[in-house]
Amino acid sequence: MQVFDAIVVGAGPAGSACAYSLAKEGLEVLVVERGSFAGAKNTWGGAFYGPVLTNLLPDFWQEAPVERPIFQHRYSFLSGESCLSVDYTGPRFKSRPYNGFTMFRAKFDAWFASKAQQAGAIIATGLQADDVLKNGGRISGIRAGGDELPARVVVACDGVNSILAQKAGLRGELLPGDVKQGVKEVLEFPPGEVARRFNLFDGGGIDWEFIGDCTRGLPGGAFIYTNKESLSVGVVVGLKSLVETGIRADDLLEDFKRHPAVAGLIEGGRLVEYSAHLIPVSGLGMMPRRLYADGFLVAGDAAALVLGTGLALEGANFAVSSGIAAAQAVLKATKESDFSAKTLCYYQKLLEESFVLKDLKTHQKAPHFLENRRIYSLYPKLACELADSVFTSDGKPRKRTWKLLREKMKGRVSFYRMARDLIEAARAL
Amino acid sequence: MKQASIEDKLAVNKYTIDKDVHIKIDGKICKTCDKHYCLYACPAHCFTLSNGGITFSFEGCLECGSCRIVCPNRAVDWTLPRAGFGISYQYG
Ligand SMILES: Cc1cc2nc3c(=O)[nH]c(=O)nc-3n(C[C@H](O)[C@H](O)[C@H](O)COP(=O)(O)OP(=O)(O)OC[C@H]3O[C@@H](n4cnc5c(N)ncnc54)[C@H](O)[C@@H]3O)c2cc1C
Repeated sequence: MQVFDAIVVGAGPAGSACAYSLAKEGLEVLVVERGSFAGAKNTWGGAFYGPVLTNLLPDFWQEAPVERPIFQHRYSFLSGESCLSVDYTGPRFKSRPYNGFTMFRAKFDAWFASKAQQAGAIIATGLQADDVLKNGGRISGIRAGGDELPARVVVACDGVNSILAQKAGLRGELLPGDVKQGVKEVLEFPPGEVARRFNLFDGGGIDWEFIGDCTRGLPGGAFIYTNKESLSVGVVVGLKSLVETGIRADDLLEDFKRHPAVAGLIEGGRLVEYSAHLIPVSGLGMMPRRLYADGFLVAGDAAALVLGTGLALEGANFAVSSGIAAAQAVLKATKESDFSAKTLCYYQKLLEESFVLKDLKTHQKAPHFLENRRIYSLYPKLACELADSVFTSDGKPRKRTWKLLREKMKGRVSFYRMARDLIEAARAL
Repeated sequence: MKQASIEDKLAVNKYTIDKDVHIKIDGKICKTCDKHYCLYACPAHCFTLSNGGITFSFEGCLECGSCRIVCPNRAVDWTLPRAGFGISYQYG
């Protein structure tokens, strides 16, 4: 029976990046993907921060099914019917190579897997890995669809619910406090309508995040991403807080869609898909201590390599980077004919040297900080109330902004507490 | 925009429904549970409460894995649908 040089489980961004890198170097790679095509099981926000992929596929965006390059980032605080926004756009984001793109996973993942296939990898879609094969202490392949498929090394890129990383003993069960649940609708519009509504006549798009009443004060936020002729509208909320308060993410999404700052912009959009997925958000706090074992590596969401800072939610670029790093470790192991943990640990070293683990380390206090409920209820409320007062001209003598703020804080949060939160924010983000 | 029901939302999705059920719940345990986290965790409302017990319908499942990890009693026996079945996102 054929022994593959490597079996990659999962054809998401991590798996395809890994398979592409290995196949390009002439290795015999099998990719096992449970969806009937790569991307069929995947959903997200979302915006892909592309520069890491240009290392593998320069100018990928000219060929890949991307929707819009992101020219604008917008943050809004929601409180009741109020909305206070900050919007950033700059020339750098409008020039090539673009910083980020909105895209659909069902389309992008299929394209990326086809690139790996063109490079020589075998992509087996509609095939599910159920377990790892063990030979002595080392992992020697996978069990999939009733067959045993041997390989020198297995790279688990099977996403947040990774069965393989668990079977390999690298990680335990996911905890509700370590994940957020994302629900999303894709709303389609007649040609030109999205550009008109969002003033996007230069072809660019907006990454728009909301915080505040859209999650009824629970940790999380809402988003709108502009695609070519559609909008991705969704909510991301801590799973533990949802079940403990008895709130459903899809009810939050319905509320969000009715908010006056949002309702008019999405009015008349035709619902074409509703999707949901989990996001591992506890960073280093949940990452397996070791991302390798004898004959085994774990990359992307399966290893919880996601950066969530409240301002950014990035996982796909971390997945691509970790997939590439895993491939580099496999190439080293192939050269040295040694697939033991001793050689494969090179993978973790590469991640430690790259932005992947550096960013997670820099922001390691973020997951804890982001549990602070004041961020989602009191502070957006204060911000909106303050804006309301500052912009009100009612013929009465005005007060200094600082004084207004102190008045609004009275009885709700002490100056000391707010200063502490600010310091914590500065340390975490 | 008028409120969309969960049925309206799931109706636009593309599924290939299997005859085999991929998620099973232990109804006896559910009857003794007072938390019913599954009701709020499932973004497709696959779990319903009736006569103090939980019933589960798998057809709308989005395979997110939430129910698997929220049940404090481990009453949810969660597996992925057979390869080729279940949700098939066209956008994602
Ligand atoms: C609502 C939401 C919004 C997000 N927004 C953003 C964003 O804006 N920007 C960003 O960068 N990231 C975002 N993310 C995170 C991002 O989607 C993930 O970090 C990224 O997809 C991880 O890639 P991956 O390849 O590791 O895993 P996945 O993309 O999950 O891919 C795993 C693959 O493995 C397959 N698979 C699973 N189990 C098996 C098995 N047993 N056998 C065979 N195949 C299997 C799956 O079908 C899938 O194709 C968001 C996530 C969510 C849920």
